[in-house]
Amino acid sequence: MSEQTTQVAKLDAEKVRGDKPVTLWRTAWRRLFKRKSAIVGMVILGFLVLVAIFANVLAPYSPYDVLIGVENVKMRQSPCIHLLGCPADQPQHIMGIDGNVRDEFSRLIFGSRYSLMIGFTTVSFAIVIGTTLGALAGYLGGWVDNVIMRVMDVVLAFPSLLLAIVIVTILGPGIQNALLAIGIVSIPSYARVIRSAVLTTKQMEFVEASRSLGASPMYILFSRILPNSLTPLIVTGTLGIATAILDAAALSFLGLGAQPPMPEWGTMLGAERNQVFTAPHLVFYPGLAIMLTVLAFNLLGDGMRDALDPRLAQRGE
Amino acid sequence: MITYILRRLLSSIPVLIGILFVTFALARWIPGDPCRAILGEKATDVVCDEFIHRHGLDKPIPTQFIVYAGEILRGDLGNSIRYSKPITDLLVERLPTTLELTLSAMTFSVIVGIPMGIISAVKHNSAVDVVTMMAANIGVSMPVFWLGLMLAYVFALLLKGTPLQLPPSGRLSPGLSPQAFYEVWGWTTTSPFLAGMLEFLSRLNILNAVLTLRWDVFWDAVKHMILPAMAVGTIPLALIARMTRSSMLDVLGQDYIRTARAKGASRRSMVLKHALRNALLPLVTIIGLSLGSFLGGAVLTETIFGLSGVGRILYDSITARDYGVVQGFTVVIAVFFVILNLLVDISYTYLDPRVRLD
Repeated sequence: MSEQTTQVAKLDAEKVRGDKPVTLWRTAWRRLFKRKSAIVGMVILGFLVLVAIFANVLAPYSPYDVLIGVENVKMRQSPCIHLLGCPADQPQHIMGIDGNVRDEFSRLIFGSRYSLMIGFTTVSFAIVIGTTLGALAGYLGGWVDNVIMRVMDVVLAFPSLLLAIVIVTILGPGIQNALLAIGIVSIPSYARVIRSAVLTTKQMEFVEASRSLGASPMYILFSRILPNSLTPLIVTGTLGIATAILDAAALSFLGLGAQPPMPEWGTMLGAERNQVFTAPHLVFYPGLAIMLTVLAFNLLGDGMRDALDPRLAQRGE
Repeated sequence: MITYILRRLLSSIPVLIGILFVTFALARWIPGDPCRAILGEKATDVVCDEFIHRHGLDKPIPTQFIVYAGEILRGDLGNSIRYSKPITDLLVERLPTTLELTLSAMTFSVIVGIPMGIISAVKHNSAVDVVTMMAANIGVSMPVFWLGLMLAYVFALLLKGTPLQLPPSGRLSPGLSPQAFYEVWGWTTTSPFLAGMLEFLSRLNILNAVLTLRWDVFWDAVKHMILPAMAVGTIPLALIARMTRSSMLDVLGQDYIRTARAKGASRRSMVLKHALRNALLPLVTIIGLSLGSFLGGAVLTETIFGLSGVGRILYDSITARDYGVVQGFTVVIAVFFVILNLLVDISYTYLDPRVRLD
């Protein structure tokens, strides 16, 4: 009891001193930085973003340069690292040479650009469409809700990768179509999340207040309800980027996504899959890169879920 | 409870109709001329016209859809243009491989994932817990095809000559030709449906080996399944481990657990009898939700491990524009999916009485 009183007193004192108000976002940030896994995720992600931005500077070679006649290297040569005892007269290729006599390390560095681009574009696309559909379904209810959600159910009735494969086949292989396919199959999860958030928010008193003040339905939906339904969307979105990158890599691996010579990790891996016994480095590194990127988004997403969960906030954790 | 099941059954009817519609439309939208894809680029117009007429591809689209829906409802999936045989025959040939792979992967992820989660929860915040959860995070982020290739590299090449060596492709070693169990038992049937079912079951190598008591074949089949099952099962395994841990932690903090301890229940019986039973509930959902992941993983893994299952034939048929096979297999997979989700929901009402009251 007394503890509570002192807490209240402290809060009052803070108010008097004119400190910044404690908002959901500020506490969420603070809690996010307290979680080790979220920090690890942010560090990996920050590193990847830097690599993607400075790819030109970091990569020793161009990702497209064929080194035949330029250097004395063989096709699918194993990594040569000077520090680990590779003779100094040999050119250094820390991840080896690929099947078209290009520097694997440089290709891997440029690949980070594609992975991040794939993750953000597909999820943004799915969020925009999914949010609109989910918000309309939740807000309007009735037959609109029924039609939209039944269509979402049908999309969810197919295993997502399978549906993506079929869609890419219809549209034709290529990175843009692969992105579109992955975007389409991930719409239902966002629509569902937003719909349920809208259903809860719709009944709150401040929405009622807006309505009684004569606000238009669209105004209520976009300025009152949606901003208050954002938290679950951010979490689903971050975790969704991880899935999108994995699925895009899988499509590229099957030859349906990014096409060679684009230095996309899934494509690089798929091109050398039959050489796994003779040149394992060409399979190992691109896969590792995919895994680390996906891991970063997964860790960050999990951290955000914990940080943004208001139930945890009330317990003061 | 019966009304609940009926309601769930009824609500899946629009979804099933939607599936029919989508698969029909998808197969029609696949670009390219089916005639020249099958008969070759040099087919003349006359030959092609005759081909299109014979397969009903010249009728109006709505008529084609009604014909298609009617055939599916009667259990006739049509013929594969490329293999010139009924698609149901192809299903009997290919589905067992994928089913065996999926079931093996599921077994692997459940028998490894649940104990991992329990140990993590019981030893909350210990080193074991931290390491397990780190491993689970990495597991969820693993590209299936990469894991498959790396497993093949490690177990077929690096460990060659050791007892841990495992075969990286195929379902059985060459030279092994097991007899189907119904032949061994001398069963014959005139019904084509029953014959198909028997053939289907006998193509599940592991089951067939057990039924015919061929333990050498059994071991060989299991050995061939280990690597693909590990590749497919890793992501679900990580999900299951995480879910078991968090729901065990929830349950272990409940009052009735404290009561059980107070009345003197041993730690072991407290964890396994009182806590685990209640913690298993959310797991049913997770396993149900992972089915898509299992199937998607199977599609990717089959191409790596040289298994000719559903994933392989779908991929081949898409490139060959064999409409019928794409349609037939997608419909069957989607319907299968809806039914499994239905079963998960229904098992929920059985496992958790609170759902029934809703």
